[in-house]
Amino acid sequence: MSSRKLGAAMFLPAILYVLAVIGVPFTLAFIYSVGDVKIASVGYHFVGLENFRSVLRSPTFRRSLFDSVVFTVGTQIIVLVGSTILALALKEKFRGRGLVRFLILLPWVAPVSLGAIGWKWILDSLYSVINWVLIAMHLVRPYDAPMWLGEPVLAMMSVIGVESWRLLPFSTVILLAGLTAIPRDIPEAAAVDGAGFWRTMFQITIPMILPIINVAVLFGVIFTFTDMTVVYILTRGGPYDTTQVLPSLAFFTGVLGGDLAEGAAISIFLVPLLVAVAYLMLRVAHRSEVT
Amino acid sequence: MAIVETRNLTKVFKEGQPGAVNNVNLQTREGEFLVFLGPSGSGKTTLLRMIAGLEHPTAGEILIGGAVVNHLPPRERRIAMVFQSYALYPHLTVFENIAFPLKAQKVKKQLHRQKVDWAASLLGIGKLLERKPRELSGGERQRVALARAIVREPSVFLLDEPLSNLDAKLRASAREELEQFQKRIGTTTIYVTHDQVEAMAMGDRVVVLHQGIVRQIGTPQEVYDEPADTFVATFLGSPPMNLLEAEDVIVGFRPERFLPSELLARASSSEEIASKLRAEHMLLADLGKRVALSFRVDYVEYLGAERVLYGTLVGTRFAEKPVVSRIPSSIVEKFEQNSVHDFIVPESELKFFDRATEKRIEPKVFRWQ
Repeated sequence: MSSRKLGAAMFLPAILYVLAVIGVPFTLAFIYSVGDVKIASVGYHFVGLENFRSVLRSPTFRRSLFDSVVFTVGTQIIVLVGSTILALALKEKFRGRGLVRFLILLPWVAPVSLGAIGWKWILDSLYSVINWVLIAMHLVRPYDAPMWLGEPVLAMMSVIGVESWRLLPFSTVILLAGLTAIPRDIPEAAAVDGAGFWRTMFQITIPMILPIINVAVLFGVIFTFTDMTVVYILTRGGPYDTTQVLPSLAFFTGVLGGDLAEGAAISIFLVPLLVAVAYLMLRVAHRSEVT
Repeated sequence: MAIVETRNLTKVFKEGQPGAVNNVNLQTREGEFLVFLGPSGSGKTTLLRMIAGLEHPTAGEILIGGAVVNHLPPRERRIAMVFQSYALYPHLTVFENIAFPLKAQKVKKQLHRQKVDWAASLLGIGKLLERKPRELSGGERQRVALARAIVREPSVFLLDEPLSNLDAKLRASAREELEQFQKRIGTTTIYVTHDQVEAMAMGDRVVVLHQGIVRQIGTPQEVYDEPADTFVATFLGSPPMNLLEAEDVIVGFRPERFLPSELLARASSSEEIASKLRAEHMLLADLGKRVALSFRVDYVEYLGAERVLYGTLVGTRFAEKPVVSRIPSSIVEKFEQNSVHDFIVPESELKFFDRATEKRIEPKVFRWQ
């Protein structure tokens, strides 16, 4: 066998895998979104953009689109600020740095669903440890404790909080790599030039790792925008669809509600949006490329 | 302008290990160009970084302008530093790079343009102000780094091997420029290098460091002609000084003082060769008493302006000891491999070192047989 053929043969499993796991469902979703497929229906009729029109008219969809944006942007802001601080702190040498790095990485290593179930109990209306602590500290009254997952604003804050907890390690690791790549001379030169801590951070360090921050945000946006696990486990989109995001809505409509075509249309709706986001981020990253 | 002084300055990176810098006492003079010279790992950069405030001394004091600055951060020491890598800020333009120290030290914004223009014109980089560092050549980057250092008019300049990233040709011209520049602005300058040519050419005085210890401080001529110990004797000069070990002393002589005697004999009768040799700064009349040695040539290195002969001594108690001779190319004599020649070295050129301490000692009567 020539090395060319051997190479192709070695490559084949990977291609097949990608085709089977990503290509087939994606194509199927696209076909469904322009058809009239329902669970248990037979036959397929092309309906053009009818599903998209119907989806756009639905108030639930618009609400979910809005929630998705709030959920994604809110999470990214928290993750960005948090991971920058963490990365800057973890870059310094201190006793036990290895252990702290390990602990911070844990949320990323643990399965999402396990973590989310843990949080469900932490935020439970009756058994919440947070409320227990607040009551013990006499900060809230026992009969008036916040319903973390039961009130629209609190519920959104809770899902954003849990999603941030989940994404923080990933972003931190990326930024840490970016910070480590800055030559030691540069902050030293800034120190000799008279810059203090804040000036060095905001005028030297952060601008230098901006391309890396962009990559972290790009991944964060895509992970958050397409994730339904946290919402599904914590609130199931409730109360009154105030935490419903597009992926969970697609799941409820398409799989649980049986309207495959409309569910597919909702998921396909995400694609151009994410492509646009990715394109923008990559352009920004390219423009501010370092050295 | 300020004087930099260190008192018993010591830096130990890891407890129990030998220090990177040990008990260094030195003092610059006003407006002086002082060079720290040493091989890699000699502690010269650590010493400079302690003066800059980038490294905390384990013991000892640093004084700048008469005041102890041990506990001051770099920015309060009124110093400027040029790093080996130049450490330009890659995301800022040349203008912003040079203006950064002004911004950091809260100089009035209206003055920035004027001061940056002044620094840039001093270094001839006025046309590059809108570029980013990645669009500059090595030589231009080095000038930007210098401009960034002078813009705030520091009282002391610290330069950490600023020429080592330039190619050989550029390095020579940059060396001369830097020297002229320092003379013009007259700021006390400490310059770190491992390159003896740089040190000899630029330094008002040279501090020779080895294993964190100051071996000698002196003018380039002093450290070359009057080395304090065998380390200085062999570190300076290329090829290094010939050293011959006897029972209690080590005797040394420079390769360029170890010359063929037949040539000298002939030179006395031939004005022509004598004048040629004079051009090479070897005044034959001044040689005084000479030591005659037989020298077997092993191989010859032709370097254009000179030849370097590697070989061994024949006879005497130092038979088979390797020695080197450096002769100007104006001496046309052939030196075949394995041929034995009569060489001489002026007795006044012999340096004596104590065998145990390796320190230089007074010349003494020496038995060659």
